[in-house]
Amino acid sequence: MGAVYTIWLRDMKWFIRSKARVVSMFVTPFMWLAIIGTGLSGVVGEIPGSGNYLNFLAPGVVGMAVLFTSTMTGVSVLWDKQFGFMKEILVAPVSRTSVMFGKAMGGATIGMLQGSMLLVAAALIGAKMPGVDGFLLAVLFMLLISLTFVSIGLAFASKIDDPIAFPIVMNFFLLPVFFLSGAIFPLNTAPSWMRFIGYVNPLTYGVDGLRGSISGALAARFPIWLDLVVLALFGLAMVSFGGYLFKKIKA
Amino acid sequence: MKIKYAIETHNVTRKFGNLSAVNRVNVKIKDGELFGLIGPNGAGKTTFIHMLCTILSPTYGTAKVWGIDVKKNPDEIRKLIGIVFQDPTLDSRLTGRENLDFHGMIYGMGREHRERRIGEVLKLVELDVRADSLVDTYSGGMRRRLEVARGLMHNPKILFLDEPTLGLDPQTRRHVWEYIRSLKEKNITIVLTTHYMDEADYLCERVGIMDNGRILVIGEPEKLKDKLEGDAVSLEVTQPERYASSLRKTAYIHKVKVVGETLHLTVNRGERCIPQLIKVVERRGGKVKSVGLRGPTLEDVFMHYTGRSIREEQTGTLEENRLRMRAWTRR
Repeated sequence: MGAVYTIWLRDMKWFIRSKARVVSMFVTPFMWLAIIGTGLSGVVGEIPGSGNYLNFLAPGVVGMAVLFTSTMTGVSVLWDKQFGFMKEILVAPVSRTSVMFGKAMGGATIGMLQGSMLLVAAALIGAKMPGVDGFLLAVLFMLLISLTFVSIGLAFASKIDDPIAFPIVMNFFLLPVFFLSGAIFPLNTAPSWMRFIGYVNPLTYGVDGLRGSISGALAARFPIWLDLVVLALFGLAMVSFGGYLFKKIKA
Repeated sequence: MKIKYAIETHNVTRKFGNLSAVNRVNVKIKDGELFGLIGPNGAGKTTFIHMLCTILSPTYGTAKVWGIDVKKNPDEIRKLIGIVFQDPTLDSRLTGRENLDFHGMIYGMGREHRERRIGEVLKLVELDVRADSLVDTYSGGMRRRLEVARGLMHNPKILFLDEPTLGLDPQTRRHVWEYIRSLKEKNITIVLTTHYMDEADYLCERVGIMDNGRILVIGEPEKLKDKLEGDAVSLEVTQPERYASSLRKTAYIHKVKVVGETLHLTVNRGERCIPQLIKVVERRGGKVKSVGLRGPTLEDVFMHYTGRSIREEQTGTLEENRLRMRAWTRR
């Protein structure tokens, strides 16, 4: 437990000290909301359950931000390898599993922080603001999305050694996950092949859950409990998978 | 727990593909000893240390650290050892103090214990003034010292120093040497690797000479040097030929050569022979104008056992081996 906290604490210090990272992390998704969300609201009609397009898009953009931030956590492992600090971590008398959990919690904390800030920012430009219980539920979904994708990122990171190649490779993976999650358009009106991919995509349940917690059950495609269960199962599987690969990591 | 040896290996071997980076090494290092592993780059020193630190596991053979088998209980060993790696392993975005605090936390030290220890080790390496600056702003020597301090944070029984002064300027090297010596007084077992012969000679109680994955000889630097033919003594006299033949018959003189007005002699313990040699010359009515003495160095010892010099130009293929090993490890 102590080791998980130690690793987490270091990642938090890194995050706070990197001003550029903090700023860009909010600016990029905010542009999605402010430009795409506001712009398309005029063209796209009412979406059943959500209302205008901005309301529909806001949970999707929160999901997107958490997705990208979490997956990219893996790159910090690669920099640690590059600069040798990974050796210091790996010769310490702590299990690889706790190192992996520390990293995962670090990514999840940043993901949750970013997602919550975006929720508030979305409300400021006119999207629906959830009540306290909805907000807390949304944060829970952010945590689950984060843990799932941090683990995937760490799994990739234990296989790729080049910190420059890592984000490029990850983008191949991230874009389809984002596009086919129902974040920017509803999946139920999409062709069946798209719907199929969407239903095996963990982010679909994350975004749907966020939508349900923020805009109410009518906006969501699935019941919230189903989103929670499916996403938790995905999360569990990915944490185990990432943990398994991370065990074999070399400094 | 009283143990017989801090480190004990039996035929320990590590292969990378077909290459035996470490080949049947047998070493016994006593508790409290300052042991040096010397040899050129690529000799297998780092691979050997990595096996003892449980980063790499031996292909075969056994290695025990503090009586614990590296294959059976690596976690137990990790608590007992401190390591200063050859390549830098600091987090340059944290301050010196934060690097130490991270180390203490991950080694499970309580807050008060950490704070006290951080103060102690910072003082030891004289970094207390800069402790709260980011490591990014540290010079190479300061980083090295911080790494030594970090290796000592958790009061290890054994400290491994892999090329502790690699890339440091002569002054800083001296500084680091002094720290290492002062540690010795604290009764920590220290295992260091180096390809600087003067460093090993200055610091180590015993050295093992390593080349191509094997340990060729182990011994105290002084004794290893004594085993060689001996010191070179030169005596400047008029008509050196007058003394040459009788000196050749003298038991403690191994070689006599005359060059111009100078007698070049090879003897054991030159500093003790010189007064006698002067007497021999004076007894015959001669006069010694000047005396020269050069003792054998560990460099000579290395040359004796390997048949070549340790200098960098010889390490071309060895460097390639090292890179090959690296590539393999990264795979």
